[in-house]
Amino acid sequence: MPSMEALLASGVGVVTAAGVYLLLRGRTFPVVLGLTLVGYAVNVFIFVMGRLWSNANPLLVGDGPVADPLPQALVLTAIVIGFATTGFVIELALRSRQENGSDHVDGAEPASSAEVRR
Amino acid sequence: MNGLLDVWWQHAPVLSVVLPSLTAVVLLLLGDPGGLSAQGGAHDGGRVAWQRRVALASVGLGLLAAAAMVWRASQGELMVYRLGEWPAPFGIVLVLDRLSALMVLLTYLVAVPVLWYATGGWDMRGRYFHAVFQFQLMGLCGAFLTGDLFNLFVFFEVLLIASYVLLLHGQGRERFRMGVHYVVLNLSASALFLIGVSMLYAVTGTLNMADLAGRVAALSGDSVPLAKAAAAILLVVFGLKAALVPLFFWLPGTYAAASAPVAALFAIMTKVGVYSIIRTHWVIFGADAGEAALAVADWLLPAALVTSVLGVLGALAAQHMSRLVAYLTVSSVGTIMASVGLFTPDTLSAALYYTLHSTIVIAGLFLLVELMAAQRGDAGDHLQPASAVREPVLLGLMMLFGAASAAGLPPLPGFLGKLMLLQSSHGLAAQAWIWAVVLTVGFFTIIGLARAGVVVFWHVQPVADGPAAGSSLKLLSAAWVFMALTVVLAVVAEPVKRYTDDAARQLTDRAAYQKAVLGDRLQTTRPYTGER
Repeated sequence: MPSMEALLASGVGVVTAAGVYLLLRGRTFPVVLGLTLVGYAVNVFIFVMGRLWSNANPLLVGDGPVADPLPQALVLTAIVIGFATTGFVIELALRSRQENGSDHVDGAEPASSAEVRR
Repeated sequence: MNGLLDVWWQHAPVLSVVLPSLTAVVLLLLGDPGGLSAQGGAHDGGRVAWQRRVALASVGLGLLAAAAMVWRASQGELMVYRLGEWPAPFGIVLVLDRLSALMVLLTYLVAVPVLWYATGGWDMRGRYFHAVFQFQLMGLCGAFLTGDLFNLFVFFEVLLIASYVLLLHGQGRERFRMGVHYVVLNLSASALFLIGVSMLYAVTGTLNMADLAGRVAALSGDSVPLAKAAAAILLVVFGLKAALVPLFFWLPGTYAAASAPVAALFAIMTKVGVYSIIRTHWVIFGADAGEAALAVADWLLPAALVTSVLGVLGALAAQHMSRLVAYLTVSSVGTIMASVGLFTPDTLSAALYYTLHSTIVIAGLFLLVELMAAQRGDAGDHLQPASAVREPVLLGLMMLFGAASAAGLPPLPGFLGKLMLLQSSHGLAAQAWIWAVVLTVGFFTIIGLARAGVVVFWHVQPVADGPAAGSSLKLLSAAWVFMALTVVLAVVAEPVKRYTDDAARQLTDRAAYQKAVLGDRLQTTRPYTGER
């Protein structure tokens, strides 16, 4: 039975790895997806940095332990900012595609386009 | 009036963030004449004039406030502003010390002439230039003033989002191409920033810089490597902003693609990275921070020296004047970081003086490059033989002045800054490296700029139709302001040096910083364990 910590840590790791892989792709759409995935992984990471709690109150009510509230506030801020920047980068990628006639991150099809495309 | 001044006196740090943000809102409400004229509608002259008046009045006021804050900080007072009166480790604080005040003043010293230059026409070549410019200033002031690491992240995002839009100002293929790179790189860096910050939170249970300074020093056992890893991650994040090796490759293309006033304003953006490195690695991971002390000292100095050399090599190889200046930015950041990375108060003081100088000179050079390019017909800022500029004497002298200042020839402040740097590194283990790199880089800077000058002013081809009209006085005057500032910086070098000396000493005195922010009780948080 794997512990909660191991599950979360490997989950964050896998999502980050997938995000980094997509970030390194040549087209803007996978890059945006990669940024989003990395953002998700980071948000969970921040959350976990307040330690994992089971059977703890989320708020200061009653007796017993209470989960660390601060990372929750930090995550909320990070989510809001991440949402805004993702919106911006999607719009930017679309506009770049329109201006340059290519969705390649360098704004032009690479020389041997057929091989790099896949 | 006195009442108003009292209010300002009490709330100075937060007001310097609020002023640009409110101005930006007013400018948004005033509408967007740039968009109107771009759509071919009637040019709304009245609204344009109002936009410019409001924006200029606001930066003028900001400059006065920043100068007053420097005067106030120079008295030695460490002003702590608790937002919402929450006590320090729990609420967010803004801290006004000598370094913060100096950086805010530098921001406005760059912003005022740049905005003046932009009102010469650039501000109408896209939408909402003035509002975004103010948001940029808000982010910069906030980043320089905040005393909380997570709040620093938030202000970083504010200034970055504004910079994304400013970079695209004027649009065009190249800007969108570089814009994608710039935005994706900075978003990745923001993710790393969050990782570094939350790792620090995990081992210390706080994000207040003063509290962190105390708690990092008290760490032991397993937490130390984690804290050191967080320090290294933060160095990567700020190194990307500051354009340190190996993270500077984005800068030359991006700055060269930006419109001239934006590139000139971005001269301060790399200094945000420099400032953040100073703040985190001196205050939080300073020399007396226990086992995690000077966590990145081994990396910072070599990286900085290599940056300086690679930057100047790029300047030698550049085919465009704007790229040349952008590479000089990289090189100057390397010089600054080398002297920050020596971790002594004397070298830090020299670094701060050199920061003032290099930011002003580079902003001026970016404006000058566009003035020259505008008079060279199709060649633009491409370094190739082309038609002569219309005003060779005037622009030539300006170029000579800018080049001499950037390369550090006496009696300009670049020379003084480098002299301070060489002197302060005397007797340190890395002295030979510093001297060799700084002097060589200075020499190659002269060669690079001389090459540009020769091509632009002497390597001319006669053309039939003759060059375009001369520069307008408004645009020229903005560049003159930067040159005048460098002269002023040389004339008042002595008081400025005294100020930076004090600033460096204030940064080293971590106990006083903690006491000012947290109070006598040192009521600090601990890593949260769930116990009541």
